[in-house]
Amino acid sequence: MIFDANVWSMILVGIKETLLMVALSSAISYLIGIPLGILLVVSDKNGIKPMQKINSVVGFIINILRSIPFMILLIMVLPVTRAIVGTTLGWKAVVPPLVFAAAPYIARMVESSLKETDAGIIEAAKSMGASNMQIVTKVYLPEAKPSLLTGAAISITTILGYSAMAGFVGGGGLGTIAINYGYYRYQTDIMILTVIILVVIVQLIQEAGTRLSRNTDKRIR
Amino acid sequence: MEPIIKIVNIEKVFNTTNGSIKALSNINLDIYEGEIFGIIGLSGAGKSTLVRCINYLEEPTEGDVVFEGRSLAHMNEKERRKMRQSMGMVFQQFNLLEQRNAIDNVCFPLEIAGWDRKKALQRAGELLELVGLGDRKKSFPSQLSGGQKQRVAIARAIATNPKVLLCDEATSALDPNTTKQILELLKSINKEFGITVIVITHEMKVIESICNRVAIIDRSTIAEVGEVKAIFSKPKSRIGKQLIMGGTAEDNEPWSKGGDGKKIRIAFDEITTDKPLVSELILACGAPVNILHASTKTIGTHKYGQMLIELPTDRDKERECMDYLDNNAISYEEVSDDDL
Repeated sequence: MIFDANVWSMILVGIKETLLMVALSSAISYLIGIPLGILLVVSDKNGIKPMQKINSVVGFIINILRSIPFMILLIMVLPVTRAIVGTTLGWKAVVPPLVFAAAPYIARMVESSLKETDAGIIEAAKSMGASNMQIVTKVYLPEAKPSLLTGAAISITTILGYSAMAGFVGGGGLGTIAINYGYYRYQTDIMILTVIILVVIVQLIQEAGTRLSRNTDKRIR
Repeated sequence: MEPIIKIVNIEKVFNTTNGSIKALSNINLDIYEGEIFGIIGLSGAGKSTLVRCINYLEEPTEGDVVFEGRSLAHMNEKERRKMRQSMGMVFQQFNLLEQRNAIDNVCFPLEIAGWDRKKALQRAGELLELVGLGDRKKSFPSQLSGGQKQRVAIARAIATNPKVLLCDEATSALDPNTTKQILELLKSINKEFGITVIVITHEMKVIESICNRVAIIDRSTIAEVGEVKAIFSKPKSRIGKQLIMGGTAEDNEPWSKGGDGKKIRIAFDEITTDKPLVSELILACGAPVNILHASTKTIGTHKYGQMLIELPTDRDKERECMDYLDNNAISYEEVSDDDL
């Protein structure tokens, strides 16, 4: 596996694009996913403000988005991508489909993290006269912080995995390099190199998430 | 005197998929300012639901709770939240925020009430000193023992200077020694600040050691209510007798039915448990009595006892025996065969 400078600079661009694509779509997905996750918990029939109808509708939409394979979603949202980004090529064009796939996933992750909060603690907060807003901001989110961070590591690595698929539609990033060189040109060495880099990135994100979660968790001493 | 909390005809029905369950029915209680009021019952009797109805964490299906003259049933959610700041609550499982240290846990209700951070920290610090945890301010719940957690929880519950403190099985997760300390703490808080304390428990010794008055709840209704001493020495309801005298469920096998003579139940208290009562009765009246059942029980530091005896069938002798008991100020009641 000896590569010339061109290959290395291409790989570097690939890494940069992958990281940008993952960072941007994770950020946007979280902006959408956290409120949705909170809504799912709050509106649950055992939640602090049960709203059965809203809960079912949101849950249903999330399930539909979650059941569409990412490859199909990538193509389905092309018109949306064009409308938002102005093009369907390059790393930026992968962000909208990634958000469509990741936001519902993150909503479910956030939901499950928040639901870990002991019902007794919620009841205690209520007994002190906390409003629903205060329960969300002062109890649910801070109490679930370690779990939310663990979830973030899982979510971001999943987004990274999805982003690699973007290569099939000319989306840029390491995935595109792997597909173009490894799959279309049979240059296995370049493919292996990109895969190794992806593995390292996943390891780093996962490790960072796990450590962050452990260090913030006051339950472990 | 007007009660600080007046529970008026509360009924609570839970609708489940298996039909509706009546958790509380026809509950009426008056709780007065400054007292420690106990509510005791077996598990499933409805006592936890009742305590949650007092601060409307559970909204009663029927009835009302009047707190300091204000009807909770007629309050909106916002007013109820405000009202809850005047009613602290302590739980069996402590329910501390796991990601906050002790002092921040005590600050929590103050944050909710909109206190200034500096003032809140000062108040929380003082309260932790009060409950004996001045040196554990920065400790997280995971670093505290059960008793220490409950102390933090108590400090937290009284942070906003509530009028009433609701304790839902506050000592049930603690060992006997810690239980004693926590009960002492509750008692001293009641004394020092005049906070009315309502204690929910299934343990007689909790009632005995701190409560002034007690209500016994059984199968969703109040079986009896009164002064702790009076109820302990002479429980009227079936459940009261079972809780105070009966001990465990295995003890409740049917007793011997005896013969045709009149059956009476004698209740002992402090003084009479130490006297050879039956022997003296027999000697005084010159008639044999049949002992059907007898038990004594020590709850806390007090001894309570009861004895079921069958009097002679002879009317005169029977009269003589009862006169003897009356003259010696020994309380008794007649028992019909159905009660046995």
